[in-house]
Amino acid sequence: MSGNLYEVISAVGEMIIGNRQKLTDLDAAIGDGDHGINMARGFEAVKAKLQGMEMESDIGKVLKIVGMTLISSVGGAAGPLYGTAFLRAAAPSQGKTELDTQTIGLMLEAAIAGIKERGKATTGEKTMLDALVPAYEAFQDGANTGKTVTACLELAYEAAQQGVEFTKTIIATKGRASYLGERSRGHQDPGATSSYIMLKALVEYLRR
Amino acid sequence: MVGVVIVSHSQKVAEGIREMALQMSAPEQKIIAAGGMADGGIGTDAFRVSEAIVSADTGDGVAIMVDLGSAVLSTETAFEFLDEELRSKVQIADAPILEGAISAVVEASLGSNLAAVVATAEGARTLNKC
Repeated sequence: MSGNLYEVISAVGEMIIGNRQKLTDLDAAIGDGDHGINMARGFEAVKAKLQGMEMESDIGKVLKIVGMTLISSVGGAAGPLYGTAFLRAAAPSQGKTELDTQTIGLMLEAAIAGIKERGKATTGEKTMLDALVPAYEAFQDGANTGKTVTACLELAYEAAQQGVEFTKTIIATKGRASYLGERSRGHQDPGATSSYIMLKALVEYLRR
Repeated sequence: MVGVVIVSHSQKVAEGIREMALQMSAPEQKIIAAGGMADGGIGTDAFRVSEAIVSADTGDGVAIMVDLGSAVLSTETAFEFLDEELRSKVQIADAPILEGAISAVVEASLGSNLAAVVATAEGARTLNKC
């Protein structure tokens, strides 16, 4: 992978690993308290898997490895969900060594479709989709008005942040948190938060 | 004979259910435990599940018993890794994992088809205990 691609994925992984405790605490409040541990374990495995592949430049190929690794190492529901998302995003980026807004739009669209399908979920259910769908829509709005990749991702990041805030106002109807019903209100969703963290890492990397 | 795969977050749970189910099964009955992560931790791993399905299939398909949440997601993800022929004859039973596994094994050991095995496993939802 080119230096950049490797660095981007490392940056995302490090930020997830750095937020292990925060994600776990959020999940302990309304779930089974393993989201941070699971996600960190997944990205530790990704880090190990990508070692020795620093020169691989095919973005689709690398995302496929990331997806497969998350599926086999995360352990919780986030494994198949994020794993499927990365695998789906790998298709439009197959054979590409750099990305434009059109391709990233297709990648986000495919990733979200994968999560919806795998989780049989939609927005408003207090899941990662409440961060990712607004992020995708904001990204597309930026792309349609001719903004740069970085500018579009910044819009997506802001929308994801608002999406995380929105999850505090609703009750969970999917996943372990749905057992809590009304008691899940007031808490932000850990899955939406991990999605937001990934976008944050991406934007911070691009701003450097 | 329809194979049975047991998918639990815990390796011990999956192995334990397999042991109990083996007591009720025909000698050639395939029952494969796919519990926990490769490192022994709590969780589910779609690759372990897909390998278990392949091992459990003797040509008549595989019924899959699951515990909670991600066991279902990992199993559905595992289906994507199967070849098309096998994918057309695997099914998750919407059943309690222990009672469902034992019911499924009894039905499968009689030589019933996949639909009957899954239906019997799902019937375990309404088994009265007292």
